[in-house]
Amino acid sequence: MPEFDLQFTLFLLTNGVMIGLMYALIALGFVLIYKATDAINFAQGEFVMFAGFLAAGAAEYAHAPFWLCALLAVGGMVALGFGLERVVLRPLIGRPIIAVVMATIGLAAVLRGTAVLAFGAGTRAITMPIPDDPIPLGPVTLPPVEVVGAAVSLVFLAGFTWFFLKSRTGIAMRAVADSQQVAMAMGINVRRYFAFAWAMAGIVSALGGIVWGSMLGVDNQLALVGLKVFPVVILGGLDSVIGAVVGGLIVGIVENLAAGYFDPLVGGGTKDFVPYLLMIIVLMVRPEGIFGRRRIERV
Amino acid sequence: MFHRESGVFKTSYAADMALYPLPIARWAVAALAALFIVAAPLALGNYPLSILNLILIAVVGALGLNILVGYTGQISIGTGAFMSVGAYTAAKLVVIFHAPFWIALPAGGLMAAAVGAIVGIPSLRIKGIYLAISTLAAQLIIEWTINHVEWISGGVQASINVPRPSVFGTQLTSEWQIYLFLMFFVVLALVATLNLVRSRIGRAFIAIRDQDIAAEIIGINIFKYKLYAFAISSFFAGITGALESYYLGIANYEQFQIDVSIDYLAMVIIGGLGSVLGSVLGAIFVTLLPIATRWFLEASGGLFFAQADMLNVIPNLRLVIFGGLIIFFLVVEPEGLNRLWRNIRNYFRVWPFSY
Repeated sequence: MPEFDLQFTLFLLTNGVMIGLMYALIALGFVLIYKATDAINFAQGEFVMFAGFLAAGAAEYAHAPFWLCALLAVGGMVALGFGLERVVLRPLIGRPIIAVVMATIGLAAVLRGTAVLAFGAGTRAITMPIPDDPIPLGPVTLPPVEVVGAAVSLVFLAGFTWFFLKSRTGIAMRAVADSQQVAMAMGINVRRYFAFAWAMAGIVSALGGIVWGSMLGVDNQLALVGLKVFPVVILGGLDSVIGAVVGGLIVGIVENLAAGYFDPLVGGGTKDFVPYLLMIIVLMVRPEGIFGRRRIERV
Repeated sequence: MFHRESGVFKTSYAADMALYPLPIARWAVAALAALFIVAAPLALGNYPLSILNLILIAVVGALGLNILVGYTGQISIGTGAFMSVGAYTAAKLVVIFHAPFWIALPAGGLMAAAVGAIVGIPSLRIKGIYLAISTLAAQLIIEWTINHVEWISGGVQASINVPRPSVFGTQLTSEWQIYLFLMFFVVLALVATLNLVRSRIGRAFIAIRDQDIAAEIIGINIFKYKLYAFAISSFFAGITGALESYYLGIANYEQFQIDVSIDYLAMVIIGGLGSVLGSVLGAIFVTLLPIATRWFLEASGGLFFAQADMLNVIPNLRLVIFGGLIIFFLVVEPEGLNRLWRNIRNYFRVWPFSY
């Protein structure tokens, strides 16, 4: 193990916090869908990738300014969310969980293939209109892309927390998630809120795609970010917005520290491995996660 | 079509559960066996046989996964990892100890079964989506371990060359020899699965799938049987991995990544959950899909795409078709190809007097 170095550790920590908040943004899309519709979205990473392609494609083909690209990506993902809910997910309501899991896995394959067929395999860049100079923060400096990403995440996480706690739509969605039958009996249009949930996940994925795309570049590898969603949401609890933030922060910090200290020993790849190890421990000890609700099963 | 059930009366439970439900089934099986074991290797050239070989390998894996997913109802996205455990175990035994296939193959299967049982342990506490995610974790962790522990993978490339197996002193070099070799294991796997699912264990699996709490109440030890399901399924997967590395002559972790797990899940879904025939049909379908896509695009893709883009188009078009078919079957025909086949058969059973 390398010598302990305060500067290095601080750098890893702050970097971990930034990355963690950006993970939380993607995980939020997953949580929104699970919270409202009880469906597991295995295509969350592909949503993010597709949004990235939309934004980067708009910039490349139409030379649109950044704000327009972002708007296009958000609009496109909302449309995609509505459409997918109607065509793929709605027929699967009430079917066993494996059907939904497999359908989103199939969806992931379709999105990955379509994106490359439509936009080509090359890596694209999304350039945010921000300066490139690292931002100093005490003893460490931070890349501005990460700072913007973390800020966007925080704003939206706060927004959705408020949304679920206070707004009429949010409360209706919580009711739908709690029990579809009771919600129907109370006069809530369950299908409409399902569609809303997918559209909202589309918005969040679009932001995630822009933020992550500008950091990593847009190609089909961007979808791999989605693999980090599972440790994040399992840690935090599948149906908790706060849980997504806390889970994101834990995963971000742990994987950065692990990568900083263990990568030289084992030859790389710890980043992809440690979050899942952490996740398995949580699954064994507290399957519902830190903030998740324990569900009671009856015959 | 060819047979009528009239005149067949089952008077005991044993007769009802028999492997051959009707006398004619015996003849049908004999005819199929003759066709595939005798006629196919004689009549077909190397290329069709090589495709058949890939299908045979996939059939074993799909049967194993169907035991876990289709019969026991436990979702697993870790088949690829279990295959890699089997493949590397067998490859190590062959390379270091020059073990013959009849030691290396079962050893690979058993090692995979042990790993599978360990991965299955959380299934006591968690189920459904959580279990799916934990098998996904197993997939990634096993892949990482094989790739990074040099003792297993033998370096950065993480690939081990595996010589073809020898049977009765002759090394199997030609396609038809390996075809018969693989066919032996496919028949073994088919008979084993058919017998398993009508045994006490298989019934317990089905009870757990249908309602695990109810199964526990009627006295099934669900932890034990879930572990059985994981172990048996992983055993099949391990054998599949070992067979594949024997056939391809190499064990490489890239053969067993997460997309392979998804391919096998797709076979089980498209073929039909909880059906032996469905596993076979699904394996055939999913194995042929990329071959057919490539063949079609090479023949007529030039009309739509520039030749330079072809290399890019083929795998991605395959992805789109593949994902689209999974969704299509889930939405339109959840019981898969097996159900389609039953519909056809039932139509012709009373044909032409279908009243």
